[in-house]
Amino acid sequence: MSEMSGAAALMAALEKEKVEYIFGLPGGANLPIYDALVDSKIRHILVRHEQSAAHMADGYARIKRKAGVCFATSGPGATNLVTGIATAYADSSPIIAVTGQVALPMIGKDAFQETDIIGVTNPCTKYAFQPRVASEIPEMVKKSFYIAESGRPGPVLLDIPKDVQQQVTKMDFPEYIKVRGYNPIVDADLSEINKACEMILKAEKPMIMAGGGVILSGAFSELQTLAELLSIPVVTTFKGKGAFPENHPLALGPIGMHGHAEANKMVQEADCILAIGARFSDRTVGRFDEFGKDINVIHFDVDPAEIGKNKSVNAAVIGDVKSSLRSLIKLIPKNFRTNEELSKLWLGRKRELVNYYEDSIKDYSREITAKKALKKLREILPADGIVTTEVGQCQMWASLHFDVISPGTFFSSTGLGTMGFGFPASIGAKAARIDVPVVDIAGDGSFSMTENSLAVSVLEELPVIVFLLNNQMLGMVAQWQRTFYNRRYSGVHQKNCPDYCKLAESYGAQAHRVSSMDELDKALKVAVKSDIATVIDIPIDPDEDVYPFVAPGTGLKDMIIGA
Amino acid sequence: MQKNKNTIFDEDNENKMYILSVIVENKPGVLFRITNLFRSRNFNIESITVGITEKPDLSRMTITTVSDVKTLEQLVKQLQKLIDVIQINVLNKENAVYRELALIKMNAKDPTTRIEIANFATIYRGNIMDISNETITVEIIGTPDKIDAFKNLVSSYGIIQVARTGVSALPRGAVNDDL
Repeated sequence: MSEMSGAAALMAALEKEKVEYIFGLPGGANLPIYDALVDSKIRHILVRHEQSAAHMADGYARIKRKAGVCFATSGPGATNLVTGIATAYADSSPIIAVTGQVALPMIGKDAFQETDIIGVTNPCTKYAFQPRVASEIPEMVKKSFYIAESGRPGPVLLDIPKDVQQQVTKMDFPEYIKVRGYNPIVDADLSEINKACEMILKAEKPMIMAGGGVILSGAFSELQTLAELLSIPVVTTFKGKGAFPENHPLALGPIGMHGHAEANKMVQEADCILAIGARFSDRTVGRFDEFGKDINVIHFDVDPAEIGKNKSVNAAVIGDVKSSLRSLIKLIPKNFRTNEELSKLWLGRKRELVNYYEDSIKDYSREITAKKALKKLREILPADGIVTTEVGQCQMWASLHFDVISPGTFFSSTGLGTMGFGFPASIGAKAARIDVPVVDIAGDGSFSMTENSLAVSVLEELPVIVFLLNNQMLGMVAQWQRTFYNRRYSGVHQKNCPDYCKLAESYGAQAHRVSSMDELDKALKVAVKSDIATVIDIPIDPDEDVYPFVAPGTGLKDMIIGA
Repeated sequence: MQKNKNTIFDEDNENKMYILSVIVENKPGVLFRITNLFRSRNFNIESITVGITEKPDLSRMTITTVSDVKTLEQLVKQLQKLIDVIQINVLNKENAVYRELALIKMNAKDPTTRIEIANFATIYRGNIMDISNETITVEIIGTPDKIDAFKNLVSSYGIIQVARTGVSALPRGAVNDDL
């Protein structure tokens, strides 16, 4: 046991957790922590707004599959984190948010920069700690990481009053901790896996629906083994995009509001759906009552509360999906052969649908469209390059037209749908994988929200590519106004302000404005090799819509495939 | 098609009263986390009582809620997810002893009224806690139904104030919390 301050103990405990980066911004109530940071080996990334710090920690966590850490001061610093924390919560991403708090005697006195951040973040954190004495800090840090990373991952808040940061005391760093009320299930009940196995083996038109849980547990090879072993076509949720290689013959891509048409269609024709690490969100299944009606639905999930929440199921396998899938694969008899005739018909249906929709969904007749641009990005970007997105049309076009080849190289704010997420998150992802190019597929609306992270990308030498599909619009809102509000546009025109190339250059980043596919090709080839952040401004038609489209409140069968 | 077996309760979509006996960490902020969960997920709370258990670091919350089984199942699972929740028992009228205490203050300016109310209280095994020239306050202990019945009985005298504790409950017989 050695004597040290609470702040020093925090840094020592973070080092013990092998934290590489802290994304943050100092202020009055976390000055002792920032002082202790000077002596730490951990690299600090100074952000320009705390929301971006949380998104960076989130992006880091999604690629590293290990908790990301962000720091903010009390009051406004802490409330600025909230959007980032809520984003991580909605997408089950492990982040540790460490906030300064006013000194204990000042709590409840409406002190300067005091806010009850534990109360504010309660609905969007997995847990929150507030040490009352400095000696509690090492154990709370260890518990924070354990809670954030295990079971269904999620954000944990550590709110440290300033006097607790300053208090010098003997510190004990525990090797083992136990959280009494928290026992995440790892290994699933074998009898349920057996039941699931029987249902799948007897299905004539089985379908796998892979969700974000596959990515979170890293069950890529297990998923692929299962699909190939039984020749089961694979659709994903949007969060599960890239859980399965999208150039695989069994891959159909994401289903949902803007899912691939053939995936939306074929999932309705299945006679058994195996949902793995998916939560049947409204954006994915449309209407809960219509989806998977009268067929066997099997649900693999780590979170018992997801079973039956949105969708009643016929078999529920609760546990880490990687471990559950391994057990399932072992249960398939060695001599089992799929009925070739039925399988041929079912897989033939896939090809039929792909061809049908390829002919019937027309691209816009312009030199550059979102679709063409994204196909070009796929062509130039190496397979292990990481892609994230902003939110809106750019995100849905990415879902439709950008195929993820290497599993786990794609992520997006899918649950909360946070505009401004992609750019800072891509910087966090770059920190996690410095050796591969990282691209943020952006729209002008979202990029405007966190564009000041260009300073971080440039100064901290974490270069990413902003692939800016610029329609000078809040495009998705405009599309809904076109579709449901009789073209009465309201509050959607961004009018090409600012000039994104000049903006990028003012931060010391590179910029390209492209007006032809040829220029885009050249700009991308330069960007993937560049060691400076790059913004590629790609003007597109403001009237370009995202199709297919399943209108809210309707089922997948009501999919619209064009205007 | 198999009937859904992954529910801890029988399929029945009627609204009923359930009593949740919830063992939680005895520390600040736990009550807030639980009530906030009810609010944010649109669950209903009829009453909630909190008190320390036989172990000083644990509290028992007794929550009564009116819901259908599907909602109840989801409610129990969401509560179980809370890290400060150690254990949940779902109790009902058949498998539990449950009691509530109510203090009811009534108008009683007329001496015969006071006698009538005192008689009713005796029938309900209540106690007279306070009598003044103008009011009488009765303590009733029992199931919520019994307290409601007493309230209906005396409502014509004019009820001035009511304070109810909410339900406290324990499972019948040799059930250990296994903590």
